Amino acid sequence: MSSIVAQLLNGLASASTLFLVAAGLSLIFGVTRIVNFAHGALTMLGIYVAYSFIGAFGITAWGFWAGVVSAALAVGALGALIEIALLRRVYRAPELFQLLATFALTLVLKDFVLWFWGAEDLLGPRAPGLRGSVDIFGSPFPVYDLVLIAIGPAVLAALWFLLRRTRWGRLVRAATQDREMVAALGVNQKWLFTGVFALGAALAGLSGALEIPREPAQLSLDLTAISDAFVVVVVGGVGSIPGAFLAALLIGEVKALCVGIGTVELLGMSFSLSKLTLVVEFVVMAIVLVLRPQGLLGKPWGPSRAAAAEVEPPLRCPGRAVNIAAIAAIAALAALPLVSQGYALVLAIDIFVFALFAASLQFILGAGGMLSFGHAAYLGIGAYGAGLLLVKAGWPMEAALAAAPLAGAALAALVGWFCVRLSGVYLAMLTLAFAQIAWSVVYQWDALTGGSNGLVGIWPAAWLGSRPAFYWLTLALVAAALWLLRRALFAPFGYALRAGRDSPLRSDAIGIDVHRIRWIAFAAAGGAAGLAGGLFAFSKGSISPDSTLAVSRSIDALVMVLLGGVQTLTGPLAGAAAFTWMQDAIARNTDYWRAILGAAILAIVLAFPQGIVGTLRARFGPREDRA
Amino acid sequence: MKKAGLAALALAAALARQAVAQEPIKLGELNSYKVFASFLEPYRKGWQLALEEVNAAGGVLGRRIEIVSRDDNGNPGDAVRAAEELLARENVSFLMGTFASNVGLAVADLARQRKALFLAAEPLTDKIVWENGNRYTFRLRPSTYMQTAMLIPEAVKLRKKRWAIVYPNYEYGQSATQAFKALLAKAQPDVEFVTEQATPLGKIDAGPVVQALADAKPDAIFSSLFAGDLARFVREGDTRGLFKGREVLNLLGGEPEYLDPLKDEAPEGWYVTGYPWYAISTPEHDRFLAAYRKRWNDYPRAGSVVGYSMVMTAAAAIRRAGSLDSEKLVAAMKSLKVDTPFGNIVFRELDHQSTMGAYVGRTARKDGKGVMTSWTYSDGARFLPPDAEVRKLRPAE
Repeated sequence: MSSIVAQLLNGLASASTLFLVAAGLSLIFGVTRIVNFAHGALTMLGIYVAYSFIGAFGITAWGFWAGVVSAALAVGALGALIEIALLRRVYRAPELFQLLATFALTLVLKDFVLWFWGAEDLLGPRAPGLRGSVDIFGSPFPVYDLVLIAIGPAVLAALWFLLRRTRWGRLVRAATQDREMVAALGVNQKWLFTGVFALGAALAGLSGALEIPREPAQLSLDLTAISDAFVVVVVGGVGSIPGAFLAALLIGEVKALCVGIGTVELLGMSFSLSKLTLVVEFVVMAIVLVLRPQGLLGKPWGPSRAAAAEVEPPLRCPGRAVNIAAIAAIAALAALPLVSQGYALVLAIDIFVFALFAASLQFILGAGGMLSFGHAAYLGIGAYGAGLLLVKAGWPMEAALAAAPLAGAALAALVGWFCVRLSGVYLAMLTLAFAQIAWSVVYQWDALTGGSNGLVGIWPAAWLGSRPAFYWLTLALVAAALWLLRRALFAPFGYALRAGRDSPLRSDAIGIDVHRIRWIAFAAAGGAAGLAGGLFAFSKGSISPDSTLAVSRSIDALVMVLLGGVQTLTGPLAGAAAFTWMQDAIARNTDYWRAILGAAILAIVLAFPQGIVGTLRARFGPREDRA
Repeated sequence: MKKAGLAALALAAALARQAVAQEPIKLGELNSYKVFASFLEPYRKGWQLALEEVNAAGGVLGRRIEIVSRDDNGNPGDAVRAAEELLARENVSFLMGTFASNVGLAVADLARQRKALFLAAEPLTDKIVWENGNRYTFRLRPSTYMQTAMLIPEAVKLRKKRWAIVYPNYEYGQSATQAFKALLAKAQPDVEFVTEQATPLGKIDAGPVVQALADAKPDAIFSSLFAGDLARFVREGDTRGLFKGREVLNLLGGEPEYLDPLKDEAPEGWYVTGYPWYAISTPEHDRFLAAYRKRWNDYPRAGSVVGYSMVMTAAAAIRRAGSLDSEKLVAAMKSLKVDTPFGNIVFRELDHQSTMGAYVGRTARKDGKGVMTSWTYSDGARFLPPDAEVRKLRPAE
């Protein structure tokens, strides 16, 4: 029993850390409605800056705490700078574009840390005076963890006081509810937003800095922190600080108990719960969102007027000239193997596969208004479906490839059944939760999927074995799938889908079953992504959880879509081509390809707030589209 | 007329050969430099040093060697594309490198498909030479199985009954754990494994894990943690008194890349595999150490030796094959002998695994940093399963 108490205490310590990261994110989202993807990078920066400050101040109790606090302040100042220089320019852009901007910022910050501090892990000092442990129920417990347990609620109380008992806090809360009204009453919104963003960033920096005695500073912390923070914020209810605290407690405790309970016997099978730590926070999130779609303490908020004011022009069926251009483009691409049979084809196959993958995401995101953070799940399941049928079941390659879209559609139908009832960031996070669960099952199921190693030997049949043959196959299948997606969008189904996006209430009133339409669209997108996955598997010869199912793949797809423009059909194709080509070409010539990619994305965000194709169309397209 | 034509043709061929002779031999190298920087930066310095040495000695087959290096982002999909690019665009003669198991296996399978030699320098997975072994793939480093087997004699000598295990939850940690349990149970049938903690790679929740290990009251602990996970485990375990009165075995724990960041918190008395560069005194290592320090003004890590030996292997293979033809290179790799800083190694014909070994010893603190003491060199050849067993594991060609 004493061991369980000790584990509960461990859980409290982790919960404090989780809460600090999440509180800042929740605060920023609540007021500015920006999903700040760079929050994880700011956390990482916090631990690196604290490492250097403490080194400079000297490892004394004074030096340690001065280092932690100044790191938080420094990151807060950087946050203010980011808000003024970058985010102010994109508040009017579509919400997703803001996400892209902060994602690009993450890339830049990561390479900055790499350049400044180097790639090796840096293990900071322990907190002077708090190095030891005290006996609690017979188990030694680190003193520093007790301090952390106290800091969490202290920050919660301070935030509560700030938001509830000060004038500034009242304005922030007012802005959370209705920012236009606050502005109309003569409050300078700009500085309010800057202040909130700086405070959120400072909290991120503080949470990083406080981890110094517990973990080394390393470059992977940004992704770890952002995914933890997202989960906590969404489980707690977006914008709710107490909710974030509750969610942090829940997740911290469940994690600690998974480790503490260890192996359990169930129906004669023994299973080590410690393996669950891979994914347990996502399981918690999935359960919470299925049962309580607004998170534990979340409330639905009023629609933002800025977003409602801008109604984008409806998609129109492109005319004959566009069709001819598309056919000409496909014909030109089909001739590529006559020019080159080398690496150009390898790269082009990758671009086609990702173009289809991105287009399948755009299908539900653009027309359906459903944001998916877990789209890699369907790519991955398509790849694994094809791979397993080929390698384990001995199916011929053609049949295995044909099964890939079915596998993708089946999983998407299952996940979609839970997801389509949600909206906005909750929907996105539930898709992410399911994707992570799928990832962990594949990762852990060694006997079937080959575990973390994955499967090898997934090559095309002999007649498709040559590079040009597989290239033509990919081109034909991708073109056909894209045509089908496009066809669906201009069928009554597509109109119904868009009606449901723009006004669920009115669609319902005229007899459209909005959930059903969204569900079918979700499954269709899964099928297209599954086909992309099957093609991916056969083009690489091997698949593994990291290459197909990882969260970074989902993010890549999202970046491609946003880069090209959400509301255009050719956008994802341009985005996929630009992203893949940039990654390939830049990575070869520099160690800092992430920063260059990030800077390029930032430039695009600032210059083309509607995405590449979207902005071109707004400028040069048909008159009705011009802004 | 015909004769004159033939002579002209022969002359043209000779001239062409002359022209080719001045062109360098291109080799393709790819690795996850950013993702596993602490191991791979020294590795890069190692292969660069070897490359300079080979070229200073006149290259091979009268040609200089040039290495085209790529970062694979630690992602098998990206790695396959990089490998394709090296083969198709750069026209490299063969591939080498890789770190993570999944990347190594993906590139190995591509090598089989494209019929190109692949020298897997670092991935530790047993599968790359056994279950998924193929004709074109050879592996340099001692595998997970071999390094685990090297620690078994120490484990048996301890005569401890209750063992707890902690491992990073992916291929390397899983197979290390599996091999350890099987080998120890065979040598010591009364052994009991009281708990197993699988921690997410790079994200160990050290507090709860240390607590859970302590609660199981083991006599000894077998860990295959490394890098950041190891640092967190050591610190937390030390604070909570986990290691008091318990023996600990830690695979790779003595490698400078993982021991040095712990500074004065390095654990004492742990049994580890690693690389005590400061204490080895053999002529071949002395020479390597002096050259490395002179070139980089830094001391070598385990990765440096791997990178250095990789290029030396590549040069030896080309020399022996006398050609850049894949099949001839594969033939040359079989039973190839290479001189490395660890002494002479052989690439086994049986499973394409080299006999490179590792150093086994105990950790200690000296001048505020971790070192290995009372170490011995474990020759890889002595820690492989019997040939018959290997044959069963490896698919026929």
